[in-house]
Formats: sequence, C-alpha cells, structure tokens
Amino acid sequence: MTPPRVGFFVTCLVDLFRPTVGFAAIKLLEDAGCVVEVPELQTCCGQPAYNSGDRASAQTIARRVINAFEGFDYVVAPSGSCGGMMAKHFPALLAGDPVWTARAASHARRSFELVSFLVDVMRLTRVAARFPATVTYHDSCSGLRELNVHDQPRKLLATVAGLTLRELPRADVCCGFGGTFCVKYPEVSTKIVAQKADDVVGTGADTLLAGDMGCLLNMAGRLSRQGARVKVRHVAEVLAGMTDRPAIGQGEAD
Amino acid sequence: MESTAHAFPANAARALTDADLQSALAQLQTGFPAKRAAAAARMPEFERLRDAARDIKDHTLAHLDHYLERYTRAVEASGGQVHWCATAEDARQAVLAICRNAGARTVTKGKSMVAEEIALNPYLAAAGITPVETDLGEYIIQLADEPPSHVIAPAMHKTKDQVSDLFLAHHAKLGKTRRLTEPPELIAEARDVLRERFIKADVGITGANMLIAETGTSIIVTNEGNGDLTQVLPKVHIVLATLEKLVPTLEDAATVLRVLARSGTGQEFSAYTTLSAGPRRPGDADGPVEYHVVLLDGGRSQMLAGEFRAMLRCIRCGACMNQCPVFAAVGGHAYGWVYVGPMGAVLTPLLAGVAEARHLPNASTFCGACESVCPMRIPLPALMRRLREAAFDAGLPPATERSGLALWAALARAPGLYRLGARIGARLLARLGGRAARLRRLPLARGWTGTRDLPAPEGDTFQDLWRERRRARP
Repeated sequence: MTPPRVGFFVTCLVDLFRPTVGFAAIKLLEDAGCVVEVPELQTCCGQPAYNSGDRASAQTIARRVINAFEGFDYVVAPSGSCGGMMAKHFPALLAGDPVWTARAASHARRSFELVSFLVDVMRLTRVAARFPATVTYHDSCSGLRELNVHDQPRKLLATVAGLTLRELPRADVCCGFGGTFCVKYPEVSTKIVAQKADDVVGTGADTLLAGDMGCLLNMAGRLSRQGARVKVRHVAEVLAGMTDRPAIGQGEAD
Repeated sequence: MESTAHAFPANAARALTDADLQSALAQLQTGFPAKRAAAAARMPEFERLRDAARDIKDHTLAHLDHYLERYTRAVEASGGQVHWCATAEDARQAVLAICRNAGARTVTKGKSMVAEEIALNPYLAAAGITPVETDLGEYIIQLADEPPSHVIAPAMHKTKDQVSDLFLAHHAKLGKTRRLTEPPELIAEARDVLRERFIKADVGITGANMLIAETGTSIIVTNEGNGDLTQVLPKVHIVLATLEKLVPTLEDAATVLRVLARSGTGQEFSAYTTLSAGPRRPGDADGPVEYHVVLLDGGRSQMLAGEFRAMLRCIRCGACMNQCPVFAAVGGHAYGWVYVGPMGAVLTPLLAGVAEARHLPNASTFCGACESVCPMRIPLPALMRRLREAAFDAGLPPATERSGLALWAALARAPGLYRLGARIGARLLARLGGRAARLRRLPLARGWTGTRDLPAPEGDTFQDLWRERRRARP
C-alpha cells in the first residue's frame, strides 16, 4: 500500500510562535506512516478576514490555500480552528462559483485536524511517548463543535507513559480567545479567560494541554499573568515526546 | 426602548465591574446549561425533535402568507379580531385604540418580548393608562424601571437584596411596610399586590409563544399562571405577537413545546401552557368579552425575504444566551436593547440597524455553543458572520481595524513577503521576550498585554527551520 501523501498546513500561529508544534506534528504523521510535505506557498487559512467580515479577501486566500494543497491525499493542520475553516467553511465561502465549488468541496473532504486525523483516519491507537506529569485538557471550540475532536486526544494521551489526565471542569467552554475578538473586546475576553485559568488551576494539574495555538497563547498568557505555575503545551508536543523545550511562554529559568 | 447597542464596549465594561450582576451570572452558568443537558439526555428522541421543530418552522415560513390568512380567518370565525400592523408605531396605536375603546385605566400584562420591543409600557403610561407587569421577573424590573436582561429570566440580574429594597419602596404605600428578605415572603407579597391588580384590570395583554393557523389559537407558556389571570379576568384580551409565531396545527405546536422548555429552563414542560381562542362564548363560565390579536410585522417580512430567514425560527427559549461565554461575562443589559445574547446579536442589527448594533455580532468568539443547543438549529454564528460582512461592506469598522486587516490580507496573498514578515516578527518578539520568553507589555497590543502576558515566539519561524532541515536532509 502506498503511504498517504499529507500536505501539512502549519497554521500562521505555529509558524510564528511555536515551530516545535509543527515538528511534533510531522513526527506523529511520519510515525503513523504518512509522507509529509510542507507546501511553501501557504500562509494562513484566512480566518482573520473571514471572521472580520472581509469576505472578498477570505475568498482570495481560500483559493490560494486550495491551489497550494492541490494533489495531496490529505491536508492536516495542528489546529481545529484552521482545520474547521478548511473542512467546514471553505465550501460555504466559495459556494456559487462553478469551478471553485467543486475544488473547495474536494479540499474540505481531504482536510483534517491533526489528532483526529491520526486516530480516525490513520487508525493510530497508541503513541510511544513519555511525559511524567499530571495534565488537564481544554477542548478548543472549533475542533470540538465543528470537527468532533473530543475522544481522540484523550485516547492517545492515555497511552503516554507516566501521564495522568485530570479532566478540566467546563472543558468545553470557550477560553475567550476568538481570534481578533480577544483584542477587539479585551475586557470581555479577559473575563472569560480568567475564569478558564481559575478552572485550570483548580484541577491541580501541572500542565495544561490543548490542540490550538490561539487558545494556548491566550490561556498561557493569562495563567502567567495571574502568577499560576501551570505549564502550557500543545497536545502534539506531548504525543510526539517533544517536550524538551520550555513550555509556552516559559523561559529556560522557569 | 432606546437602543444603546452602539455602546456595547462601554456597557460591557460597566457590567464587568458590577459585583451583584457578576454573582447572578455565575449562578446562571451553573444552573440552566446543566439542566438543559440533563433534560436532553433524558429524551432519546431529542435531536430528532429538534429537526422536526426546525422543519415545522421552515415549512410555515415558506408558506407564511397562506398560514397568516388561515389564522386570521380562524380567529375571526371565533369572534376575535386581527389587527395587522406593519410597524411598531402601528402596533402601539392599535393597542391604545383598543384600550381607549374599552375605557381602560389599567392593563395587566403577561410577559411579552414584543411589548418590550415596541416599548409599549411607556407609550400606554403617557396616554394615561397604567400597565402592570404580572410575571414576577417582569414585575420586578418594572418597579426598577429597567429592561429585561434575559428572554426567560428578565430579572436575573437582580439580587434578592435589591428585590427586597424595591418591594419596600413600592409597596409601602399599600401598607406593606416590613422589609422582607426571604424569597417565599417576597413572592407572597408580590402575589398579594398583583391579585388586586388582576381583578381591577380592564384589559389584559399577553404575548404568544405560538399562534396556530388551523384553529386560531394562541399559546403562552408560563411558570406562574399569571398569563391565565391576565387573559381570563379582564373583559378585553389583547394578544400581541409577531408574524413568525405561526405554526400550522396544534400537533405542530406540541412538537415545538417539547423542545421549548427543555432547551430553556431544562423543564420537561412549563408549569402552565395556556391556550386562548377568541372571546367568551355563550355558556362559558369566564373569559374576555373582546378578543384582539395585534399582529406585528416589524421588519419580519424583510427577514423572511432575505438571507436571515432562519432567525425567524427563534422561539425565544433562551438556550443560546444560557450557554454563551460572552453573555455569561457581561449579562443582557450590555447588549443595549431588548434581545440579548447570541439571538440578540443577530436580531438587534436586523431590527435596529447594523450601524447601531455592529458590535453585537462582532462581540462573539464564534465558539458555537449557541448553535449547538439551539432547539431550532439556527446557525447563529453564520448569521453573525453575515452581519459582520454587512458592517464591513458598509465601512463601519474603525479605520485602524480596516487598515490592519488590509495589510494582513495583502501579506497573506504574497507568500514570499509573508514569510519575511513572519521571520522579522518572530525574531523581534523573541528578542523582546528575553530570558523570560514572554512579554508583559507591547505597544499597539495593549488589548492583549493589558491583562495577559504574550508568550514570546521561539525565534525562528517553522517555515525557515523546515527549509533548513530539508537542505540538511533532502
């Protein structure tokens, strides 16, 4: 059987803030038997425009993403938000255009969030990683509600040696990031993330995991501002056993 | 009521520092959502019922002209009158004319969001007619002279202490001079005061949860029975409703009722489900002598014709706001008009204008919790996005926001430049983050760093590192 060819969609936030997540994701995909390529022409999935009402720009960007990932068996992103944008919103965004309707539908069918792709498509049942810590997990909204990412990360985390998962109360409630929302309505966003940070601290876990860089930056930023000592990582880092780097927003000294 | 939706940021800031409101909101978060989830879980066919309820409304809306005529004929056949009103002003005048005709001095009111929408109370009061709210929550906010903050729990923002003070201030003149503090005492006093008003009222005004085309029946659901007394005791009953309340048959209404209370309060059914269909007939023991339906369009036919038709499926259950993280943070008054939470974020711009209410559909994280519980499966985030597009197309967002977005969009279309920009940004922020690897302050990003650290990037972009790795190991 020829291994599936995966076009890796880095996401703008992983590209800019946390390349480690990209390498961890690629390791997981390769270990699962995929051939991974990273198309150079990718930039962003277009959500900042799409969610700000700039439909024309979002359409242009969507067409470029589709072009850049033409020909891959799958398009995988370490994010439920960007994955949901491609899998659920591209078809709606390009509906009505006879050529692009079909191409958007094809792109959408091939697009996945990383962890659900590993479990649901590649049938991965365990990982060879070790992370001796008590972790808690936040379900990012787009992954949870648009792509049904819920059980998959828990299944794989259960196979990480030394790891104990302590469930987060209200894990399915938004962290208040919301893309540009967090800077357009900072006070409201802060109120929501402060509640989330309290819930995280309340679990007593020493590490918070999630599958989306936006939520992770938001929660990590709030936790450290509140003086909490909880470490924050993308779930792919733990699943790939790539946890040598300091956690998000932590210096070597922390 | 006068809209302050344009001032959402200021309204929200005020709400966030209101300790009483914040404690009420914390209770809401732990109450309704869990009850709704339990009610849905107890009913294996709940998801199918949601589909059925949606389909009933979609069908009705697709043939609304037919069902409106049928409903009108049925009401007239039972001796009632239907008053078609295009605008809020028409509806106010129609209600006033009926009241004047009846020589009314006081009217009792069941809970009606449409009455709030058309600001009926101040209009009647200005005409010398005293409106009396009879739903306990509505009664409390009427005493406080405030708008509702939730579609099914209008006084949820009020603490018990505030209610004690309000009752003392307004009931002392009725000889009730003891400040009560226990909820059962407060409820008993309200019941006592309202009983008198029920008996004296000349006209009773109710809203309608549904209007049934086949039979000309109107349905209200309450938990206090106040609706029954409002519509049965006075000699005139006015049903005030908007077009989209129509459903074809009683059976259809039953389907919608099965999802309504479960979605809102988590009850299987509201305590009272009350039907009215015309004036008292010969031989009836009670009931009004006159039965009027004031049927308001108020912008609905425009919604019906356009891309926001799905919003007309809304049955005002409150599920969306109960689950909304933004509503949970700021409460209903921050939204600035009658309709609040996610449904308000769609309805207010449609009814009060996008220019007035552009903030509301923008002040959402698009977390999708509202859509996931909406019994009518209204795609609330998608509708909010269309309203953001309408605001963007009309040039309403501030210039800084628009130019920032334009710059970003230009970069996103030019991969080479984008990579360069990302490289510079990643390195700069990493350097600013220093050994702590986070920024406590960043000019132009105070919205973030005012209350959160900004985790610093690792230093190089993924794209650059990947290219290096490819060169080393082709």
